[in-house]
Amino acid sequence: MSEPMVKAEAVHKRFGRNEVLKGITLEVAAGEVMCLLGPSGSGKSTFLRCINHLEKINSGRIWVDGNLVGYRQKGDRLHEISERDVAEERAQIGMVFQRFNLFGHMTAEQNIIEAPIRVAGLKPDVARAEAKLLMDRVGLGDRLGAYPAQLSGGQQQRVAIARALAMKPKLMLFDEPTSALDPELVGEVLDVMRALAADGMTMVVVTHETGFAKEVGDTVVFMDDGVVVESGDPAAVFNSPQHARTQAFLSKVL
Amino acid sequence: MAEADQQSEPASAPAAPVEIKAVPVRRPGRWVAGFLIIVVAAALAKSVATNPRFGWSTVGEYLFAPTVMDGLVKTIELTFLSMLIGIAIGVLLAVMRLSPNPIVVAASGFYIWLFRGTPVLVQLLFWAFIAALYPVITLGVPFGPGLLSFDANTWITPFVAVLLGLGLNEGAYMSEIVRAGLLSVDEGQEEAAKALGMRRMMTMRRVILPQAMRVIIPPTGNETIGMLKTTSLVSVLAYTELLYAVQLIYATNYKQIPLLIVASIWYLVLTTILSIGQYFIERHYGRGTARAVPPTLLMRIWQSFSTWRHTKVDVPEQTRHGL
Ligand SMILES: Nc1ncnc2c1ncn2[C@@H]1O[C@H](COP(=O)(O)OP(=O)(O)OP(=O)(O)O)[C@@H](O)[C@H]1O
Ligand SMILES: [Mg+2]
Repeated sequence: MSEPMVKAEAVHKRFGRNEVLKGITLEVAAGEVMCLLGPSGSGKSTFLRCINHLEKINSGRIWVDGNLVGYRQKGDRLHEISERDVAEERAQIGMVFQRFNLFGHMTAEQNIIEAPIRVAGLKPDVARAEAKLLMDRVGLGDRLGAYPAQLSGGQQQRVAIARALAMKPKLMLFDEPTSALDPELVGEVLDVMRALAADGMTMVVVTHETGFAKEVGDTVVFMDDGVVVESGDPAAVFNSPQHARTQAFLSKVL
Repeated sequence: MAEADQQSEPASAPAAPVEIKAVPVRRPGRWVAGFLIIVVAAALAKSVATNPRFGWSTVGEYLFAPTVMDGLVKTIELTFLSMLIGIAIGVLLAVMRLSPNPIVVAASGFYIWLFRGTPVLVQLLFWAFIAALYPVITLGVPFGPGLLSFDANTWITPFVAVLLGLGLNEGAYMSEIVRAGLLSVDEGQEEAAKALGMRRMMTMRRVILPQAMRVIIPPTGNETIGMLKTTSLVSVLAYTELLYAVQLIYATNYKQIPLLIVASIWYLVLTTILSIGQYFIERHYGRGTARAVPPTLLMRIWQSFSTWRHTKVDVPEQTRHGL
């Protein structure tokens, strides 16, 4: 019952000799919104990408909804799971990228229905009907036929969120979803995310939007140099940071 | 202050902004160069038209001769089929090249090294004499029992030999073109597809390849035009494509120049058609990108001279299907 949606235990990740994650341990409860903060290069994106196995971890364990990510435990040995099983795990985790990464040769609608049809095996007309609902939900009900290049950054990011939601994920990962946006477009994307949080979606959000983290976040995790420096209730972390590195970082971004 | 503003504006204030009608910059250089070229071209044309040794009546006589038509059809057939084989092999090799399996990568590299490193004419001759190398071709378990065997002499007809020679060679070149195309697609596209639960091959087919097409098509058009002309090489194997067809004719009537002109006319007609086709294919795969496909040569010529008047030819912006 109280099984966490994400559970990371002593996660280490190296790129060559560069150790980027140096033992991350944390839990995200179902329905929780966790905001990850930290200076550039601290490993936030890398950790997020480990959760859906876009990066292989070198040691430690990550579970999503009770399932070990990327491996299967048999006795005391770990076995890699097949590409098909990895894909199946990923299909249940939505991801939103800093640079949107919409498929450029497809319209907004085609972007949204692609995975539901090809991966989840939905009937095209069902997928299209759901796409329409999702586009209404992100406030773009009239732009189904637009190509990404014809949309503003904020609109593209909202389509990207709709595309991720179309797979009915149990967990959403956001990697700086508003960092590539002009300031006046940030609000429309945060609104969509706020509504999503209010609907009870479990979310892990890497962001520099401290306002959003304070208001929507249930927990804030401050990372630096591959470790979790400090975490807890947003108000506590923002108002009275315990650690010197957190204080230094917050004094710069607040 | 407010009064001054009102005075400076015409009585019909909310009129549409006046479009600028400026006298364009004069470009005398363009006109001089154009004139000189036209004079030289006219002189050349006159000499070509009046020199009896060009044999224009003979050209007219043979332009639609059945033998020539036959050769023309075979040339088209060869170009089309060998490009098809070439593209299929090229895509396969390019995808293999990006495989995580090093043996697969090496196999692809070896193929390209071999077929790009030897002249296509030599390869064509090899295929023509394949029966000497392998009189019987057996398909089956390697080092095990054979399941199917063919007699090379009956199976590797001149047509098959030529097709294999041209197609397999083209595959090596196409693979480099396809690979460049695949690498041109932003990594984020693959990431996004993976994150949605799409597998490697599906990602390749549905997301990467279609976007790589924009980069793949223009050089493939060149390759096709190149292939059209390369097919003339197979005349040395006595395969009656367009060139060999006219050679057969002038071997009997000794009118080499007019018949070579016949062949050239047809090659030019075909390359022209291919270029036009390429324009439309490029426009199709450019959909979803903000940039329009550049205008064709004819449109550009028209544009550069029409600055004389105030008009500019608008290139139809059909790339934005979505609007
Ligand atoms: N694929 C990779 N290969 C090698 N090094 C990498 C790779 N991806 C990330 N790194 C390195 O890992 C470190 C952490 O990167 P990461 O992208 O996780 O940081 P981040 O906290 O998300 O920073 P930012 O706020 O700039 O996005 C960086 O030093 C980066 O250079
Ligand atoms: Mg990052």
